[in-house]
Amino acid sequence: MVLCLSLICLVCSALLAAVYVLTAEPVRAAAQAKLNRAISQVVPEFDSTPVEATVEVEGKTYKYYTVTREGQLVGYAIETASSGFGGRLSVMVGMTPDGVIYNTSVLSHSETPGLGAKCTDASFADQFKGFDPSVKTLSVKKDRGDVDAITASTITSRAYCDALVAAVSAYTVISGEVEKSK
Amino acid sequence: MGKFQLITKGLIKENPTFVLLLGMCPTLATTTSAINGMSMGLATMFVLVLSNMAISAIARFIPDKVRIPSYIVVIATFVTLLQFIMQAYTPAMYETLGLFIPLIVVNCIVLGRAEAFANKNGVIDSALDGLGIGLGFTCSLTVLGLVRELLGSGSAFGFKLVPGDGILCFVLAPGAFIALGYLIVLFKKLTTKK
Amino acid sequence: MEYLLIIISAIFVNNILLSQFLGVCPFLGVSNKLSTAVGMSGAVCFVITLATLVTYLLQYYVLEPFGIGFMQTISFILVIAALVQMVEIVLKKVSPSLYQALGIFLPLITTNCAVLGVALIVVTKEFTFGGEPHMLNLAESVVYAFATSLGFGLAMTLFAGLREQLALNDVPKAFKGVPIALVTAGILAMAFMGFSGLV
Repeated sequence: MVLCLSLICLVCSALLAAVYVLTAEPVRAAAQAKLNRAISQVVPEFDSTPVEATVEVEGKTYKYYTVTREGQLVGYAIETASSGFGGRLSVMVGMTPDGVIYNTSVLSHSETPGLGAKCTDASFADQFKGFDPSVKTLSVKKDRGDVDAITASTITSRAYCDALVAAVSAYTVISGEVEKSK
Repeated sequence: MGKFQLITKGLIKENPTFVLLLGMCPTLATTTSAINGMSMGLATMFVLVLSNMAISAIARFIPDKVRIPSYIVVIATFVTLLQFIMQAYTPAMYETLGLFIPLIVVNCIVLGRAEAFANKNGVIDSALDGLGIGLGFTCSLTVLGLVRELLGSGSAFGFKLVPGDGILCFVLAPGAFIALGYLIVLFKKLTTKK
Repeated sequence: MEYLLIIISAIFVNNILLSQFLGVCPFLGVSNKLSTAVGMSGAVCFVITLATLVTYLLQYYVLEPFGIGFMQTISFILVIAALVQMVEIVLKKVSPSLYQALGIFLPLITTNCAVLGVALIVVTKEFTFGGEPHMLNLAESVVYAFATSLGFGLAMTLFAGLREQLALNDVPKAFKGVPIALVTAGILAMAFMGFSGLV
């Protein structure tokens, strides 16, 4: 009886281990493809492999990717996150060297479908294309900012702005470091 | 019972959702849109067919006392396999369905079929039974998803049919219960008239 | 303070039955009578808390150090099944009266997705209580599991009370039984949506 059960467990775990090894590569590739897609979405066209690095701002570490075109810096894709309504809201933010947000892309979220989940819709996300944080304020209009919140989802909209603010401050540190090293 | 009937009985006579009322958790949770409902149904069907086949093949060698734990191990194995495959090839859907993929393990439909059918029948019949019940489950989830998507966001399979927002409530939790309740009534009416 | 947030969130805002749809089978199945609903809730409460404690330790002290995360689903469900068996045996010996009250529900609990669901949520989902998204630690996990099961009990008891009243009413024939129960659950879920945004 015990022998039979342990035999089944053994066979099953062996099978699982085998498939795990087999699918490990595609799983990694899929994650990489998703990341690449997000990066190319948020920065201008580039021809280099994105270079991964990290930057620390006020005790928090952000991952960012530098991309170039014909050797010229075209932008940074910065991975940031904030607390949304349903959990972590991860956003990839693209910044061009002049400090303007090029585009944003939601990496993962757990917002309410039909409400906060609209943060992935173009109607909301497109307002950040070409958003210049030095001219406009990155907060919702309710908080005297320049961002149109998603209807009935102020918390999500605020979280989105928070993530972008974090990306902008990370960008300031990154470009400061680049200046110094010149 | 003919081979063909094995497949069709799951659609109407033994429809797991509308008649047997099994597997309610994924039914309610993942049907926010037709596509999501269909994917969940197909994922369950995958596990159902494979676990039915495996269990019917090994049922003779398993002592009666450790029957249930053994079945659970077999089912959990296939569910984990499905997790790997989805993670590798359909990562977006894997993220959408999230928790409810591992939870196929405790879907009463799967264990129920193992107990009620697979351990007494041959491999091929069990596979067909899994396919039939799986199809029934997939259809029900797609229909429920379609209804909720139509009412809740005015679209079908992702295509916008009606402009505007729709009745948001149907995408959220309460709409799931209410839509399912009305669909069961409708299903009863349609099937008893015949 | 953070524990308070976890408790309020788990019981009211993200009620496991009415907003996360975990454990709906017993919710519909054994909610005909108030007394059985209370019994079931008690048993679930006990098992969820214990199972979460054990699976948490399993995840962080066995699965992760040995790099066998892929055994998560399979090991969790086995642990839960074994635990339910053990609880049944221990209860029978130690407290026959409690066993009398909860005993018949215990075998049903293994396949209650609320138990596996909470165990998996705790080790996979990031929570945002008190600012930064983070994984729960052991104490928080147990509190979360306990509060979640209280939420289960609350929804279950409310629902059973409603169904007892429903039985006395003249319900259209086609709606008798489960359909009207589902519609009622929908309205109950709507009421619970009023809590959203509280935490």
